[in-house]
Amino acid sequence: MIGRLLPVIIFLALGLLLAVGLKIADHKTEIPSPLIGKRMPDFALPVLGQEDRTVSAEDLIGKPFLLNVWASWCPTCRYEHPVITDLAESGAVRVIGLNYRDEAADAQQWLRRFGNPYEFSLADVSGRTGIDFGVYAAPESFLVDAEGNVVFKQIGAMTYEVIEQEILPRIGQ
Amino acid sequence: MLNKWIKLSLFLLVLSGSAFAQEPLAFDTPEQEARFQQLTLELRCLVCQNQNLADSDAELARDLREEIHEMMMAGQDNEQIKTFLVDRYGDFVLYRPAIGGNTLLLWLMPGILLGIGAIVILFTVRNRKRQLATQRQEG
Repeated sequence: MIGRLLPVIIFLALGLLLAVGLKIADHKTEIPSPLIGKRMPDFALPVLGQEDRTVSAEDLIGKPFLLNVWASWCPTCRYEHPVITDLAESGAVRVIGLNYRDEAADAQQWLRRFGNPYEFSLADVSGRTGIDFGVYAAPESFLVDAEGNVVFKQIGAMTYEVIEQEILPRIGQ
Repeated sequence: MLNKWIKLSLFLLVLSGSAFAQEPLAFDTPEQEARFQQLTLELRCLVCQNQNLADSDAELARDLREEIHEMMMAGQDNEQIKTFLVDRYGDFVLYRPAIGGNTLLLWLMPGILLGIGAIVILFTVRNRKRQLATQRQEG
């Protein structure tokens, strides 16, 4: 009896495994961030284009903001740029850039060419603040609440669906 | 003769390519260097996720190697360095994640599969025995 049912059971089990595998395949390379629910890491970085101005994590507490990690060498950043621009123009949330491992001249030229949606961009030339945020690829976006806690992380390009389903509900809109 | 030299240098070129994915980092003792190599072999490169930190040529891997080197020179032990990375990138950075929580299934799976195999063999052997017994009775 069991001998006859065994192939069927194995087939069903393999089928289930395949279904689960296909379901998570899209997100396989996305690593869940251990930062969610925790306070954002400390930093103090110069502002791109205003080298005498430094902004720290402390300075950003009070209002929720989206920290968008971008770089002039990152093709997907250009792809998501219109979405980030629309979000910034909607005024729903502060949009601050983290210019990651980039040359200031290249970064400024990129913003001149494609438009600058950011309130300002922090210049993380060495990538050290990126390491503290667990950045491993650009673009990435972190939603930080008014208390300074990371509440959501988007890996890869920002989309209108993500804004509607993940970001707006988390800032009470 | 010349041909031989060209072949030899090509061979050496190939070797050097694989040996120097890493920038030179200074260590005080050979033991420290060995510890560094061992540790970076156990850590996953986040950019190219099927490579370890020791072998990867990605810029982030280079940054992280420098960071680990600095922490080692500052006297931090392997556990402190791993905690530093797990706090930022999660368990995924470890090729041998700690047992518990969401990694429990991962650790138990080989045992579970072995058990399933044993049960299958047990049933197959028992069936075969019964079949042989009936055949013998009929014959």
